[in-house]
Amino acid sequence: MTTPGGGGAATAAPPAQPAPLAGARHLLGELYARPTSAIGTTLVALFVAMALIGPWLAPYGPTEQILSDRSQAPGAAHWFGTDRLGRDVFSRVVTGARDIFLLAGGGTAVAVAIGTVAGLVTSTLGGWWEEITFRLFDTLLAMPALLLALLLLGTLGPSRSSVLWVIAVAYTPIVARVVRSVVLSVKTREWVAAARMQGETLPWILTREILPSVLPALAVEAALRFSYAIFLVASLGFLGVGVQPPNPDWGLMVAEARDYVYLTPWSLIFPAAAISLLVVSVNLAADGLGRALRTEGR
Amino acid sequence: MSAERRGAGLEVEGLTVRYGDGPDAPAAIRDVDLQVAPGETVGLVGESGSGKTTLALAVLRALPEAGRVDGGRISLAGDDLLAMDARALRELWRHRIKLVPQNPLPSMNPAHTVGHQLAESLSPDRPGRADRERIDAMLDAVGLADPGRIRRSYPFELSGGQQQRVMIAMALLGEPELLVMDEPTTNLDVTTEAAILELVRGLVRGSDTAVLYVSHSLGVVSQLCDRVEVLYAGELVECAPVDELYDAPRHPYTVGLLDSVPLLGRTKTDAPLRPIPGRIPDPTELPPGCVFAPRCPAAEEACRTARPALESAGPNRLVACRRWREIADGDVSARQPAPGHAEEALEVAAGDAPALSAIGIEKRFETRRGLMDRLRGREAGAVKALRGVDLEVRQGRTLGLVGESGSGKSTLARAVIGLEPASDGTFELLGVPLTRRLERRDREVIRRLQMVFQSSDEALNPHRSVGATLRRPFMHLAGLDRAEADRRVARLLESVNLTADYAARMPDQLSGGEKQRVTVARAFASDPELILFDESVSGLDVSVQASLLNLLDELQRERHASYLFISHDLAVVAHLADDVAVLYLGQVMESGPAGTVLAPPYHPYTEALLAAVPRIDPHVAAARPPLEGEVPSPRDVPPGCPFATRCPRVLGAVCHDEPPPVTVDEDGRHRIRCHIPRDELLELQEPLVERVAT
Repeated sequence: MTTPGGGGAATAAPPAQPAPLAGARHLLGELYARPTSAIGTTLVALFVAMALIGPWLAPYGPTEQILSDRSQAPGAAHWFGTDRLGRDVFSRVVTGARDIFLLAGGGTAVAVAIGTVAGLVTSTLGGWWEEITFRLFDTLLAMPALLLALLLLGTLGPSRSSVLWVIAVAYTPIVARVVRSVVLSVKTREWVAAARMQGETLPWILTREILPSVLPALAVEAALRFSYAIFLVASLGFLGVGVQPPNPDWGLMVAEARDYVYLTPWSLIFPAAAISLLVVSVNLAADGLGRALRTEGR
Repeated sequence: MSAERRGAGLEVEGLTVRYGDGPDAPAAIRDVDLQVAPGETVGLVGESGSGKTTLALAVLRALPEAGRVDGGRISLAGDDLLAMDARALRELWRHRIKLVPQNPLPSMNPAHTVGHQLAESLSPDRPGRADRERIDAMLDAVGLADPGRIRRSYPFELSGGQQQRVMIAMALLGEPELLVMDEPTTNLDVTTEAAILELVRGLVRGSDTAVLYVSHSLGVVSQLCDRVEVLYAGELVECAPVDELYDAPRHPYTVGLLDSVPLLGRTKTDAPLRPIPGRIPDPTELPPGCVFAPRCPAAEEACRTARPALESAGPNRLVACRRWREIADGDVSARQPAPGHAEEALEVAAGDAPALSAIGIEKRFETRRGLMDRLRGREAGAVKALRGVDLEVRQGRTLGLVGESGSGKSTLARAVIGLEPASDGTFELLGVPLTRRLERRDREVIRRLQMVFQSSDEALNPHRSVGATLRRPFMHLAGLDRAEADRRVARLLESVNLTADYAARMPDQLSGGEKQRVTVARAFASDPELILFDESVSGLDVSVQASLLNLLDELQRERHASYLFISHDLAVVAHLADDVAVLYLGQVMESGPAGTVLAPPYHPYTEALLAAVPRIDPHVAAARPPLEGEVPSPRDVPPGCPFATRCPRVLGAVCHDEPPPVTVDEDGRHRIRCHIPRDELLELQEPLVERVAT
């Protein structure tokens, strides 16, 4: 009675619902069962919307200079003010969302894809393949992500696609480790042995018997990696080795505004706030996602 | 009957326990009474869902957070337990109530020695030297030789049986007023169980401790307890002295439980099990009348509408059944109908090849060599888990394979199926040699050979529906299309007594018994010649186990499948098997038709196993002390007879040094591996049990 709706629905488990629909509804219910994950999910959704329709939302172009309105404080004409070159900060922040999602999201997606396949296949097979793969990953993990990124960008040269690959390289080993930890506990289960005894092939066992158990942990890890990737993209932009000017990258905007922080503090505060807010809300949503998938597994 | 009660012991009156808030929250225990006098041992019996654990936890004042007492009284020696505050409870737990749990290991601190923990339980404030002598005396009393070594050991260094003895020592050290034992022998081997029961019986007798013994096993309870309370769906249905309960059960549920237990000396042909149909109702959906009415063979209309009161049915007897007088007078039968028998299985022609033969099977596990071992040029060691096993499963028949844990039973099953290929020897399926590795076997062989694991949540993929799991063998092994496969799945589900709509369910929506029916269905899907069952009915409640055993028997008759049935439970094996093999340390000690293996002459090991089986009849007791010690590690198997280190009939040096010969009876089917000649064994061996006065 007094328990929140999400908990009650999880235990009652109506049997005759079509599975995917019920699953999605359950997931949303769990995400909105607690205020923290509800706020996180809502904000992430807003950021995604911003990335999708940003260019139409922005009153000005991201690189458009309004020379008459340089260094304006936030006001009715420019909500977030303008920077020293007369560019509208609001428009730049809004259009910059797309880059962040493309680079951080794309890099994370590549890392998750490679990491999952590598972790799943080698840990299931075991033996030398597993040994070689994971020693290699351990060497990559031994270096801090930022250091690794600087090293790679120094070689590849700064460009948006290299940022994407840097994220993929830095995070693939971490994803593979998470996948491996689940596979090691699942592959000795009797249902996997039962599948082998039914003559199922390795690809079937990997994708149908083992992968579904990996997915909850993988989803949470992917969300967390995404939030770290946002950090990394912003850091690289800030250091000047990532996205190059005049692109509206949030990290780059912070770096450019740093020298004029006393003159135009708004051109630093808003992109910095956007980074923090997105990272925090992705983290909150990831927490909720983890909880939702755990209760679903019962 | 000396009706005078010394002190009051434990008294529970009208106890109701609910899970959740509000007056309508489901009640796991409803209006239950329970008395345990000092010096008395009371058994609390019921299947899972009966509420026995909730009741025990309530008595311990250790209910989980969601649970709360909603009416009733619990007192110990007159002190109200429900009124105690945190401080009083600490005193209560420290000195007056002790628990022996089902799993000893999680209850011990892995970072401290056993001695430290024992001292701590005696005087928590200053664990130290003072109590050493008392501890040693207690360790000695619980049958742990060399108390000094045990004291210095860490919990994980002890075997399961030793851990449980330490827990008992820990509980008894404080001379508690109440000892709660929660299935303390369920996870132990039958020989260890017998030894622990013997120990508890000896320790409790003559002491003033009241013992509440919670168990699902009627056999264990009838060997140990003075009185038994039977719980069903959170209500007390019958309470009686143990011999009266066994001789003349009054409640139909008790009758059903007793009829569900396989008994040694009875087989599937002369005494089929009579399982209770259906399942225990959930506390959220209780029937309006008697809680047992929906499953009761004697239920009439009035039973379904009015709740029966708990009535006195003689001195010290209580029963909650409207018709108990009729049942007592024999006017109405409370027994479940016996399963209808199909015609006897087809007799197999003598010349036919056996379904499975194992010839000289060996299995070695290489031990890992560390870097230093390699540098020193040390050879890799090997543990021999199977040492030349020869077996035969006849077509359409069941071979029961028994032995303690560590005997190699499961290793053999995994070698047959190819999950862990044998190191040496040959398996033949219907006369055709099998490739050792599962992955190298062709599809036809895989189709013919299937296995059912121990009942657990692990056997079914939690992410796949029952239908998706069962459909695969039809599509993958039999090459049917999806629609035809679904039709077959529906038929298959019906043949294991489930309904076709189970195909849509996920494993977590099934009970333990239903899950095991699904795994049985999966094994039968490809219409195999031989099915291996590895402890497949062990984790189940007795009534569920009984219906599954009947199902296996029925399916075998219908489909002419052969079974290799592995179990540590001799009574179950004796019930189902046509042939029996007894395994010890990777060697077959005795094998042959069930009738000859389970009758003298026995191998001394078989004799010990049979003697250890807890009898459900309280009028008999084992005629000899239980087997000492435990199965030695397969690393150091003695050169002679592997059983020589524990054998009560050991002859001397010859047993320790020379491998025993295998002797065969006139029919050539009953084999014993022993230095003692058959006729001498026959002379030595007396009945395994004797009648006792109760």
